Amino acid sequence: MSKEEKELRKDELDLVQRIVKRMNVLVYASLFIVLVAMFNIMAPDTAERWFGETEKEALPEEVVAAISDDLIENGIHVKTGLIVDDGFNQVKATCLACHSAKLVTQNRADREGWKKMIRWMQETQNLWDLGQNEDIILDYLAKNYAPEDKGRRAPLKNIEWYTLED
Amino acid sequence: MKKKRIGIHELYAKDPIEADRLLWGRESDPASRRGFLKQAGLAAMSLALGSKIVHANEMPAGLIPTLLDQPQSDFELPGKHPDLVVLNDKPWNVETPAHLLDDVITPADKFFVRNNGLVPENIDVDTWELTIDGESIPEPITFSIAQLKELFKAYTYQLTIECGGNGRAEFNPPAKGNQWSTGAVACASWTGVRLKDVLEYCKVKSDAVYIGYYGKDLHLSRNPQKVTISRGVPIKKALEDETLIAWAMNGEDIPVLNGHPLRLVIGGWPASVSGKWLTRISVRNIIHDGSKMEAPSYRVPKYPVAPGETVKDEDMKIIESMPVKSLITYPKTGATVKKGQTIKLRGHAWAGDLAVKEMHISVDFGATWQKANLKPAPNRLAWQSWDASISLKEEGYYEVWAKATDEKGISQPMVVPGWNPKGYLNNATHRIALKVI
Repeated sequence: MSKEEKELRKDELDLVQRIVKRMNVLVYASLFIVLVAMFNIMAPDTAERWFGETEKEALPEEVVAAISDDLIENGIHVKTGLIVDDGFNQVKATCLACHSAKLVTQNRADREGWKKMIRWMQETQNLWDLGQNEDIILDYLAKNYAPEDKGRRAPLKNIEWYTLED
Repeated sequence: MKKKRIGIHELYAKDPIEADRLLWGRESDPASRRGFLKQAGLAAMSLALGSKIVHANEMPAGLIPTLLDQPQSDFELPGKHPDLVVLNDKPWNVETPAHLLDDVITPADKFFVRNNGLVPENIDVDTWELTIDGESIPEPITFSIAQLKELFKAYTYQLTIECGGNGRAEFNPPAKGNQWSTGAVACASWTGVRLKDVLEYCKVKSDAVYIGYYGKDLHLSRNPQKVTISRGVPIKKALEDETLIAWAMNGEDIPVLNGHPLRLVIGGWPASVSGKWLTRISVRNIIHDGSKMEAPSYRVPKYPVAPGETVKDEDMKIIESMPVKSLITYPKTGATVKKGQTIKLRGHAWAGDLAVKEMHISVDFGATWQKANLKPAPNRLAWQSWDASISLKEEGYYEVWAKATDEKGISQPMVVPGWNPKGYLNNATHRIALKVI
C-alpha cells in the first residue's frame, strides 16, 4: 500500500469507529425509552407521580417562550420591538404590565408629552406610582421616541411600485 | 394520564387570582388586591419577564404581564384579512389599507378593529341580556336577543362608521394614541332593531337627554370594577331610524372582534358611540358621564388652537357628526402606468350626518380638479361610491388626490386640518402615488 492509500484506509477506519460509537448511544437511548414506556404501561400511577407534570411545572408555552426569548437584532428587542437602551428593562417591566409595546413604539412625544401620558394612565387607567423609575423611563422615551417635524403634510412614504395593466 | 395543558389566557379568564398562585406562587394583599405578599411569586414573575418588576407592591393582582401575553404573530387575528395592519395587539387595534376597502359593502374580514379593552371570552348568545335603564326609564327592562328579535321589527341599513382618531398619524406635533393612517373606517350592512322602538317600548320619559351604553369588554387592568368605555349620543340621534341595536353584519353574526353578539351601530358619528358587546343602555337625564365621555377623550377644542397648544378641559367639546371625507380604493397606491393609458379610479365618500354632494380628483397637487361620478347613498348614513378615469400624457411622478364636498358646501382640506390635542378628525384629502413610464 502506498502512503496515501494507508492514510485513506486509516480515515475509513476512524469513520467506522465513530459510527459504532454513535450506534452505542442510540442503542442505550432506545433501551431507556423502552424501559420508560414499559414502566408507564405497567405502573401508570407511579409513573405519573414520578415523571408527570405537576401543576407548577406545566408552565404555558407563552411563559416558556418569554423566559427564553431575549433576542436583540440591530438594537431592537425582537419580541417587543422596543429599542434597547438605558431604561429598556424598566419600560418593559412597567409599561408592558398592562398594554402592548406597540402602544409605545407607534407614539412620539417629548419628555413633557410622555409625562402627560403617564399622568393620564395614573389618573384613569390604574397605573401605579413609578417612584424613582419615572425619570429613567421618561429619559428612555424622550430619547428613543422623540417627535419628528412632519410639516403640515408629509410626502407619501413606503410606496411599493407595481405595474397597473390596462 | 397526562394533564391537559391550558393556555395562560384560559387560566387567567377562569380565576385571575388563582392563576397568579398556580403560575407564579403569587399571593397578593387580599384587601388592596395589589402587590406580592411575603414576596411570593415575585422572583418567578421577574425571571419570566427578564427584569425586575418596578414597584411590584403596586402591581394589581390577576394581571398577565403583557410581555407574556403577546400573540405569536401579527396574523393570528381570527376572521381578519392578513393584509390588515396591526397597530396594537393589547388592546386590538387594526386598520385596513385603502385598496382593501374597495367593496361597496365592507366584508367582515376587512372591517377595521378599534378596541379599548379586552375582547370578552365565553360569549353565549342564548343567555346574553340587554338591560334598558337610567333616570329616564320608569322601570328597567331586560331583553334576551331572542326577545329583541321577537318583539321588534328588524331593519337592515348600510352604515358608515369611522373612528374619531382616523388619520391621527399625520398630526404634527404628534397626538398620543393609536396612529391610524386612513383605515379606521368601513361601511357594512347591519341588521338589528331600531333603538327608538326599544326605548318606546320601555316608555322613555320626555326628560331624556342622552343614552350611554355599557359592554362586556374587560378593562386592560383586568379589574372587573373598571368600565372600559361607556359613551353614547344625545337622545335626538339615538331616536333616528338608522340607529340600530344590531346582531348581524352582512347577514351573518358580527365578528367577535367587532362586538358579537350585540352592538350599537350609530352611523356618521365617531365609532366609539357604537358600543360593542352591548349589555346595557342607560337613558340619562343628563349628558352621559361614562368612561371616555370626559375631556379630553373624543373631544376637540371649541375654537381653533395653534399646533401643540395646551387646551383646558372646559374648552373642549364632544365630537358629534364626523366631517366630510373620501378614499381612493382603486388603484392601490404605487401603480406604474404607460403614457396615455386610461386609468380607472374609484372609491367612496361620506360626510357624517350629511350626504356628499360632489366628488373631485386632482393629478396636479390640487391646482386643477376634475369632477368624478358620484352615486347616491343606498340609505342615509351610508358611504357613496364614486368613479373617474384619467390619462396622463407625460412621464413622471404623480399623486391622485380625492376631495369630497358635503351638501352644505364644505370640502376636505388639502393639508392636515386644525391641530387638536388628541389628534381627531383628520379629513385631509386622500392621496395615492402614480408613476408614468
